[in-house]
Amino acid sequence: MSDREAVAHLLRRATFGPTADEVDAAERAGPAATLDKLLAPARADRGAAATPPPTLPADPYAGLTKESTREQRQKANAQRKEQLQQVTLWWLDRMVAAEDGLTEKLLFFWHGHWATSAQKVKSARVMLGQLETLRRHGRGPLAPLVAAMVRDPALIIWLDGQKNTRKAPNENLARELMELFTLGIGAYTEADVKAGARALTGWTVDRRTGVARFEAKRHDPGEKTILGQTGRFDAEAYAGLLSAQPAAATFVAGRLWFRYAGTDVPAPDGLAGADTVATLRALFSSPAFAQTRGTLVKQPVEWLVGALRQLGVRPSALPEQQRKQLLSGLNALDQVPLRPPSVGGWPAGAAWLTTSSLQARLRMAGMLAAAATPAVLARLTAAPTAGRPDALARLLVVDGWGARTRAALTPLAGEPRKLLAAGLVSPEYTVS
Amino acid sequence: MDALTRRRFLLTSGVVGAGALAAGAGAYGLRDLLDTSGDRDPQSRTLVLVTLYGGNDGLNTVIPYGDPAYRAARPELAYPDGEVRRLDDDFALNPAMEGLHKRWSSGGLAIVRGIGYPKPDRSHFRSMDIWHTAQPDRPGNTGWLGRWLDGAGGDPRLAVSFEPALPPLLAGAHSAGAAVPVTDRKAAKGLPAETLTAFAAAEAGESAARGRAAACFADLRSVDEMIRQVRDSAAAETDDPDGEQAPATATGGARTPLDAQLDLVAQCVEAEVSTRVFSVSLGGFDTHADEKQLQAVLLGQLDRALTGFADRMSRSEAGRKVVVAVYSEFGRRVRANASDGTDHGTASDMLLLGAGVRGGWHGDAPSLTDLDDGDLKYTTDFRDVYATLLERVLDTDPGPVLADWKGRLDKLF
Repeated sequence: MSDREAVAHLLRRATFGPTADEVDAAERAGPAATLDKLLAPARADRGAAATPPPTLPADPYAGLTKESTREQRQKANAQRKEQLQQVTLWWLDRMVAAEDGLTEKLLFFWHGHWATSAQKVKSARVMLGQLETLRRHGRGPLAPLVAAMVRDPALIIWLDGQKNTRKAPNENLARELMELFTLGIGAYTEADVKAGARALTGWTVDRRTGVARFEAKRHDPGEKTILGQTGRFDAEAYAGLLSAQPAAATFVAGRLWFRYAGTDVPAPDGLAGADTVATLRALFSSPAFAQTRGTLVKQPVEWLVGALRQLGVRPSALPEQQRKQLLSGLNALDQVPLRPPSVGGWPAGAAWLTTSSLQARLRMAGMLAAAATPAVLARLTAAPTAGRPDALARLLVVDGWGARTRAALTPLAGEPRKLLAAGLVSPEYTVS
Repeated sequence: MDALTRRRFLLTSGVVGAGALAAGAGAYGLRDLLDTSGDRDPQSRTLVLVTLYGGNDGLNTVIPYGDPAYRAARPELAYPDGEVRRLDDDFALNPAMEGLHKRWSSGGLAIVRGIGYPKPDRSHFRSMDIWHTAQPDRPGNTGWLGRWLDGAGGDPRLAVSFEPALPPLLAGAHSAGAAVPVTDRKAAKGLPAETLTAFAAAEAGESAARGRAAACFADLRSVDEMIRQVRDSAAAETDDPDGEQAPATATGGARTPLDAQLDLVAQCVEAEVSTRVFSVSLGGFDTHADEKQLQAVLLGQLDRALTGFADRMSRSEAGRKVVVAVYSEFGRRVRANASDGTDHGTASDMLLLGAGVRGGWHGDAPSLTDLDDGDLKYTTDFRDVYATLLERVLDTDPGPVLADWKGRLDKLF
């Protein structure tokens, strides 16, 4: 693999999709310096600073009472949906605008890991709050992240934590916390689930303010035995116990490998570092990571955000109708941010490669190509017709086209927007 | 990642083995199925397997209303005697199950009580793996119907799912069933047909995933044909997905409504396609909180979809050879939690109807007081039912599929 191919591979996986200029700069810096810069950016992210999260008014449900009419409820429901759409579109725009692509993509990883859906949480403020928590702790060690998440209002609502009381513990959160978020199946027993649920009792969410609070009288202060340790565990102590298990670091490192490297090559041993950035360094530096080139199916959000960046299109600059098309397109592709289909997160790999998803990608590719900026089109048309497939590969940061794809692209060289759309649905672009 | 976790990810991600990938899971349209019309022995039967994702509460589906322990264990969640649909002096169906109740009265509904497996696992994903693979001790990476398909010649059209991703139960070692998409059927515009055809070619040395991406193009043509062939049963999907009611935590299941999936099954059966097994699903049963209303809505959907399908099937010769089996990955705890819901439990019920199925009770009802750490003790192993279905519906020796499992549910047919 050449240096250019190596940094392109790294940037494709570590971020949402690099532009040709970013690959040029990385090639000049070399693979080692590129990785350092990705993991520890030297300057503050101007793109993120220019796209602050929306300031939302109070949750529309806060004003409702038992006496509220059906119309008032419907209105509040509609306002909530509008707020959620606003936050989702803001997030897409941030993903495109951010310079620190590693941190933005890592946030999306954590969102899929602690997979919480607005379908049940419903409040945009509460969902946004969870994103802020994941952002605050996402790069660091596991313990503060887990400790913050067991008190996260969105997660509590999603997994019925507010209904988990001393009198009758609700196991939903305790089970998924161990199975899906920290330890993985097989690293705990059913008795640990029951005892863990008792440790988490007492945390509730005020649906009016969206704030989680501890109610001592709902908490079970008694002794619990969890993972062989006995004590008066509360949520924080239980979170600490889980984070300290060697299985937790290994499990989370495995999940990172699954999303950043895929399943074709097994995860090497010893990836887990002291914090997530250290784990990512080990992951991207491992020889096995290089072997995964060309095998990972892009998730729909990765595919879309990468294309928007490469085509110079900012969601916030699009007319409203097209912004809505972005969301309906992601819906057709079965991956809408803030709405994972299951507490187990989104699927991966070939699950994204079905005829129905191809149709949705074709529709979106056409829309994206139509929205591409004149400057981007000029990069294609500056090349002589015969060289345009190669110019397209450079623009979309594809290492090269196989004979099949070249044969598909060549007849379109005279129609740059169609050429762009075809590039976006090509197997080489879809699978990175 | 240890091997077990890795495998679990593969299954829960809908990503099946490389063999299944190569076999072209998903690369079929309805046209391909309809093309097989008449390719079957007219005497052969068809199995329709309905998976309820999330762990359906068996005790509020087939309700032991005659047992005082039922009401004692879940005072708020239990249905009063006056609301249930009585089956006999001890058991009743959920009030939402009107159609199936009628079917029971005419002898057309079989209920297997206390169904489960040894050392029950209370993880949705793990327990669903166990039901999909029929390997409770150590779920492998092939599904039970996938293994049947391996033995039946491996044509994907024999085992079909109308879900966007292939369910693991249809993935065999050498072959895989077909996942036929039913949503998003608007024709693709913008790129010329020649471009799409050119993308469909295989490229030597390419990764399996890129090969799969190219194979999707190969299928577009048949999907386009399908659009003209099938009425748009996906239209029901435009419903508002977010009513005011807070749903259960999602744990999987198809997004296409169950009745729309069964409509497509009915069309295929009536066209006498070669398919012997259809897999359909309904999600949302993970009712940790405010269970009563949620479950009733879902059971109502199930009831209407199943009875509508069964009525339609009774009107054709091919339809009268269809057997439907309904299951979920586990039941729920006997005792309610404080949230008017129930946590993950163990044994539950299976419902069967259709060709030759003997209505009435099968399997013993588990005791509500002699519990295993708060959970029901199963009385019938689910592999007994699988083996019986393989033998009596798919005319297959269950031995190679179910590791020589000997149990059968003798009186089911």
